[in-house]
Amino acid sequence: MFDRIAALGKTVLDTVAGAGAALIMLVRALIGRPNLRKSWPLLMQQMYSLGVLSLLIIIISGLFIGMVLGLQGYTILVDFGAEQSLGQMVALSLLRELGPVVTALLFAGRAGSALTAEIGLMKATEQLSSLEMMAVDPLRRVVSPRFWAGFYSMPILATIFSAVGIYGGYLVGVQWLGVDDGAFWSVMQSSVEWQEDILNGLIKSIVFAFVVTWIALYKGYNCTPTSVGISRATTSTVVTASLAVLGLDFVLTALMFG
Amino acid sequence: MESRNTHLAVGMFVILGIVAMLFLGLRAANTSAVTTGETYKIFAKFDNIGGLKERSPVKVGGVVVGRVSAISLDGAYYEPLVEMTISKRYSEFSDTSSVSILTSGLLGEQYIGLNPGFIDDTVEMLGDGDFIYDTKSALVLEDLIGQFLFGQGND
Amino acid sequence: MSDHTVDYLVELQGVDFAHAHGAHPVYRDLNMQVPRGKITAVLGPSGVGKTTLLRLIGGQLKPQQGQITFAGHNIPSLSRSALYQLRTRMSMLFQSGALFSDMSVFDNIAFPLREHSRLSEEIIETVVLMKLEAVGLRGARHLMPSELSGGMARRAALARSIALDPELIMYDEPFAGQDPISMGVIIKLIKSLNESLGLTSIIVTHDVQEVMTIADYVFIMANKTVVGSGTPAELLASSDPLVHQFLHGEADGPVRFHYPAADLSNELLGIQPTGTEAKHV
Repeated sequence: MFDRIAALGKTVLDTVAGAGAALIMLVRALIGRPNLRKSWPLLMQQMYSLGVLSLLIIIISGLFIGMVLGLQGYTILVDFGAEQSLGQMVALSLLRELGPVVTALLFAGRAGSALTAEIGLMKATEQLSSLEMMAVDPLRRVVSPRFWAGFYSMPILATIFSAVGIYGGYLVGVQWLGVDDGAFWSVMQSSVEWQEDILNGLIKSIVFAFVVTWIALYKGYNCTPTSVGISRATTSTVVTASLAVLGLDFVLTALMFG
Repeated sequence: MESRNTHLAVGMFVILGIVAMLFLGLRAANTSAVTTGETYKIFAKFDNIGGLKERSPVKVGGVVVGRVSAISLDGAYYEPLVEMTISKRYSEFSDTSSVSILTSGLLGEQYIGLNPGFIDDTVEMLGDGDFIYDTKSALVLEDLIGQFLFGQGND
Repeated sequence: MSDHTVDYLVELQGVDFAHAHGAHPVYRDLNMQVPRGKITAVLGPSGVGKTTLLRLIGGQLKPQQGQITFAGHNIPSLSRSALYQLRTRMSMLFQSGALFSDMSVFDNIAFPLREHSRLSEEIIETVVLMKLEAVGLRGARHLMPSELSGGMARRAALARSIALDPELIMYDEPFAGQDPISMGVIIKLIKSLNESLGLTSIIVTHDVQEVMTIADYVFIMANKTVVGSGTPAELLASSDPLVHQFLHGEADGPVRFHYPAADLSNELLGIQPTGTEAKHV
């Protein structure tokens, strides 16, 4: 009985300590005067590997999800004779929920795991230690540009995802199933609001970007530097980040639309 | 050379993001920029506002000229007071104009229909903070049915 | 052995260290002096925490107790920025080389220069080529670390660690996993760099024969502390059983061949051990 309570206490303490360590890592990585001459190329490099290289999977997934939404939405709405509202359904689902959430999940799987593995491997091969011994702070040199790159990339990716998804819904709804072209867009336009939908979706994806990138970096920076440790950290990144995204999505939705 | 290509790719990526944002803003969202730009406020009291909400459109003959910006209860009798924000582009409404709460389609959302009044030398134009007194409340389905039954009984 | 005129660059006094509070201690009351301009070797069996020693000197780990001074600065009490400042005067050659895998050999060696100096690209190129020439890899500057053999990677890493002309180089197992030829090359390099650049070197290793040929002074570590020290000649003549066992590579002696375990015959016969072990069952 007491063992159980002690185990629970230990779990709580470990969780709190982990969160604290993650916070300290982030603060150390981000605070301090940036040196633009050095950090700009690093940021570009990371924007490339996190943002540009995630583009293909985002575009393809966005297109397919939009197409599925178009198809499903049509079969439901046509029963009520309301298939002209398809544009509204597709656009609102994508902008409010699917765009930010699916992008964050894909980003965690594609870029987050890569971040964790890369930093874990740098740790295992003593590259991080060697940076420290060369009097270069690995938090500033390695962690910080990756964090900002993830933070900037994901909202851009989410925006592209939503735009491509709406186009996918348009392809299926209008081009294939014959919903009226004008009605599709006009119903969408009369229901989608800048602030309510587009801005809130953007805020969501900014929050997700922060959380996913942070988790990925912390798990990599803090992993056990062995092959087992790195593989565990990578898995843990994807699982933790996905759960965090879904949980936060509920909280944010409740705050924004509740 | 490699870093130039990286920069180029990242630049394209950012541009693509901006294009997507423009697409969402201009193609998917409401672009009749009535709530941005210069506006003025007018007020109207109703007996019953039905399903009217904040941000519901204010239309003249189907054209959106403004939005409902606030709904509150006012006065000793707690009458619903609706504040409307109208674009300065449409500033020539006389104080003989009337507003009514209408429904778009059978199941659609409710909006305010503004009927511009006649203009001659004796009437003034509506300015910021003015009231429209000629109002028609929302049709409430239950009332309608009641009236219908009551009317039937009278025959 | 105790020469008072010797100038010590690194000194450890009464250092206690464990990886976590309450964990198994790695060092207890460790004392060590590293003379300036000499090659000091730290020998010891695997697992005695020799790499930890280098990390303590580099300030990556903090001791629970004791002083570690580098050129008069007490490293554990330094602020973060002062520590980073001090680290530009020392460097470390890691066991794996720790070259940055996303940069070419040239960029790896230019890295500390670009980080810590405001030299122009032409001067950096000259310096890097000189360092590469010193380790015999000038022709390999465009290769990526993954294209290098283990010995070449270590030489490239050595070139990187002398890029900023440090006062102290710490070698972590420089001979591990090297073929005889590259081992010979590295021994020669350590010796010649030490002489030509006036460096102080600390070599941590368990390859006794190789290091005895170049070391000026040797510490032997076991049982969480220093068990023997002196010049190679003094140590080879030592009659201390531990020193003798280690230097001559004898399988059994004061350092046991077996990990502590229950008696073999008892275990094979399935007899439950009594006493301390039984409590854990």
